[in-house]
Formats: sequence, C-alpha cells, structure tokens
Amino acid sequence: MAVPITLEFSGGAELLFANQKKHSIELPGSQKWDVKSLLPWIRDNLLQERPELFMQGDTVRPGILVLVNDADWELMGELEYEIQPNDKIVFISTLHGG
Amino acid sequence: MAADLERLRQEICRREEELSELKQRLADMEKKSVEDASDGTEPKTIHNGNQKLTNDQIGRYSRQLILPELGVKGQVKLLSSKVLIVGAGGLGCPAAIYLAAAGVGKIGIVDYDEVEISNLHRQILHTEHRVGVSKAESVAISCRNLNSSLNFITHKVQLSSDNAMSIIRDYDIVLDATDNVATRYLLNDACVLAGKPLVSGSALRFEGQLTVYNHKGGPCYRCLYPKPPPPETVTNCSDGGVLGVVPGIIGCYQALEAIKIAADIGTPLNQRLMLFDAIDCTTRTIKLRGRQVLCPVCGDNPSMTQLIDYEQFCGARATDKDQEKKVLPASSRMTAKEYQTLLENGIEHVLLDVRLPVEMEICHLPHPALNIPINTVKKDPSALVEQIKRQLASSGIPLDTSPVVVVCRRGNDSQLAVQLLHDSNLNIRDIRGGLHAWARDVDSLFPVY
Ligand SMILES: [Zn+2]
Repeated sequence: MAVPITLEFSGGAELLFANQKKHSIELPGSQKWDVKSLLPWIRDNLLQERPELFMQGDTVRPGILVLVNDADWELMGELEYEIQPNDKIVFISTLHGG
Repeated sequence: MAADLERLRQEICRREEELSELKQRLADMEKKSVEDASDGTEPKTIHNGNQKLTNDQIGRYSRQLILPELGVKGQVKLLSSKVLIVGAGGLGCPAAIYLAAAGVGKIGIVDYDEVEISNLHRQILHTEHRVGVSKAESVAISCRNLNSSLNFITHKVQLSSDNAMSIIRDYDIVLDATDNVATRYLLNDACVLAGKPLVSGSALRFEGQLTVYNHKGGPCYRCLYPKPPPPETVTNCSDGGVLGVVPGIIGCYQALEAIKIAADIGTPLNQRLMLFDAIDCTTRTIKLRGRQVLCPVCGDNPSMTQLIDYEQFCGARATDKDQEKKVLPASSRMTAKEYQTLLENGIEHVLLDVRLPVEMEICHLPHPALNIPINTVKKDPSALVEQIKRQLASSGIPLDTSPVVVVCRRGNDSQLAVQLLHDSNLNIRDIRGGLHAWARDVDSLFPVY
C-alpha cells in the first residue's frame, strides 16, 4: 500500500525543487515510512539540484525547520516520526534578510 | 551644478536634523511645564480626573484608549515602556513608526549604516535627501515628526559582542530587524543573557517569518537552530531580492507583538512561528518546541554565560553587504577598460553573462551575449564548455586565440564560472568588478542595481 502525503517547501527551499512549493506524492512499497527514510527518498526522487543544500548526514541541513502537520517536528519525534497517510510535511528554510 | 545640488541636499538634511532637535526640545519643555503645573496648587490632572495621562495624551491616543483591552492602564504601560529596534531597514522602519504612533515612551534604534538610494523601496522612513545620512538618525527624525513627545535614542554602531549587553540593558523589549545570521545569533544570546523578550522578523523575496523568542517558556533562536546555516545557503536581499511591502508587513507585525508585550494584552507569539507568503497571500502559524533544557544559552545548565565571536561561529560576516571574492589569479581576469578596448578593436569573442534572465532585462553590455545563469553553469559545466566551443567553431574562430569573456553584476559569480569552465583549449577570463566596474570605469550612463 502506497502512502499518499503532501510535501511543501518554502523560504527558498523550493528553489531546490524546480521552484515548486507543493508536491503531492505517494511513498511506494508496503514498509513503514518515517521522516528518516523520507529524507533520502526526497533527495533521490524530487530534488533537482545540490543535495548538500537540503541534507547533511542523515538529517536536514542546519537552517531548515521541518513541520509535521503544522507542528515543529521536534514535538513529533523528529526523524523517528512514523508517516501516516495524508500527512503534510513542510520544509522551511529560515530567512535572515530585513 | 552638481556641487550646487549636493550643497542643497546637505542644507535640507542639516535643517531637517535641526528641526527635529527643536521639536524634541519643545516636547521636553512642554512635558516639564505639565509636571511643574501639577506641582502647584491646582494640578492639571484635576480637569480630566485622571492622574496618569495628560490631556494631550488623552487626545492623541484616544482611538486606542477606548479599546477595553488596552485602556488607560495599557496606554500608561506603553508610555513607560522602552523598546530597542536593531536594524533601521525594511523591518525596522515600519516597526519604529508604529511604535512611535502608539506612544512607546522610549524607542532606541541601532544601525551603523547610512541611507542608500536602493534602500528606499522598502526602508520607508528614509528620504531622497537623506541619502548618506545615518539610518538610525533618519528613522528618529521621521518618528519625531510623527510623535515628538517620545524619547528617541540613536545608537550609530554595529551591534557587537562588546557593546550589545550595555545597549540592551536599558530596554524592556528588543526587536530583531537585522539582515544577517551572525547578528541574529548575537542578538538572541544577548537577549537571553539580559532576560529580554526578542521579537524577531525576517523577509526575503515574497516571504516573511515572525516569532517571539525567549518569552514565557518559549524557545530562543538557538533552541530552534543550534547550528548556524552553511554560509552558501544564506541569501541576502541584495542577491535574492525582496518586495518592499513584505518586510513592511512583517515589521508592522513586530510592532504589534512589541505593543502587546509592553501593554500586557492578548496572546504573544512565543513558541509559535508565523509564516507569510505574499505570492499566495497566505499566513500560517505553527506550534514550535518549547525552551530546550539542553540549549547552550537558555537551557538548564547553559554553557554560554557570555557573548562569543559570532562571525567565527557563523563563518560569515555580520553584514548583508556583498563581499568581494578573490578566486581567480590576475591572469584570468580583465578590467572593464580592457574589455572596452577589446570591443573597440573588434576582436571576435564569446561574451558569457551568468546573471539571471530577469537581470539581463535590466541592463546588459553592448555585445551579444550567451546568457547562462551561474546555477545552470554549476549543474553541467562541461556541456557549456562544448557549447562555447561549437559557437566559436561555427564562427570559424580559432579556439585558443579568441577570448571567452564572462561577466556578472559584481564580478563574484563570473569568477566561479571561469573556474568551473576551465579548459586547456579555452582562453577564458572574467571582467573584474562586473557591470558595476563597467558603469564606474567605462560608461557612466550605464545603470547600477
Ligand atoms: Zn535556547
């Protein structure tokens, strides 16, 4: 059973994904998906350029905040959060300008 | 003529400052005369039966005084509150003017920089004839024109580890309206150490972000971002662009949050983050983690008890001004004047402009150019080398003699491109200083952006 979810990128993170902010995707296979396995899937299947600007090691690079269903992923278990059907995962690059 | 213009501009500027000073003096004297009168047998306050606000204050703030949530109590709190705005730019300007309008008693403005013409599309308290004037002073002048009864303090310094604590100490609430990562970490740590809430705003392109750090059990900047972002992932307004009204909106929100905290009304934005997207006209407010017990600065056992070197910590300068890179040896570069000579001598060459198409539309050199943005160059340099070789060959020009000239806005990206496109068969160089140098040294009528 594939898992349908929504991904969103903002704050400039969308520039790594052909400037597309919203992506409706289906995570393939019957295994359980968590954020830890989602990140390399995004890198290998959606990312258009420069993976080092998205990931560092097995997590997101410093300066990207991850939201799970509109809450800080720290409240949801970070990398260990198990992805549910119709979840919305958002990646926000922090802005510094003024 | 030019000297006359300049003299006139300076004269206007001088008189504005003088006028601003006179207004402040008048305000001070008026305040004093009210206080003196209330020492007499017939206190002025008896007429309005209010011990706390003068008639002038009641008149000025009447439309917000009648809000039950604010009332006299809230207004008195505002008038006795002290708010520091760090950064007199796109966020700081709208924040400052609304704080002044609302009657925040003491408003401090920190900025070491001076007004430039390219600031005016978003830094709306500065004016055309204040180009070259201190931004902090310029904001104070505009705010004083709106409300001369308040106390404005200008700090014309770069906020640093040496001066941050002594500046912040005198205020109750701090606004982060800065434009770079190093200053944001510095300000966060200083506010944690000094125990002040930090109303943080930021904006770029069409997006803005807003939150309140270090307030009522919420996180600090470091709780959210323990590690600074890699410098190459950070874009400033000068490179990424920003629509002026976007920091305008976020700056207004910063004033709003500061007013709520100062007057102790409503629900502040601590432990929440507001995201604003102007393109879709959407706002989203999300729940953040609480204060982190392991945070090195606001945690239970903080390892940081004083400010550090933030430029070193971030690996980036505490400014959003562009740094001139030196990547290439002199032999791989030419000056704008040398390129002009090459053009005048009619030497066959390929001109490669690595700016974005939107920038090509603003202005370009007087020679047909191959326009490949630097990010595209980065993706597949060898394909581009082949493309250039084909273009040279089809014109029947020998490869090694005819130059390939790379240009960009300031001469930084062009160096990267030359490095990426290095090929033993190509004679490739960039124009030192880019189009800015062309405008400065060759064509004074060429636009600068
Ligand atoms: Zn913290």
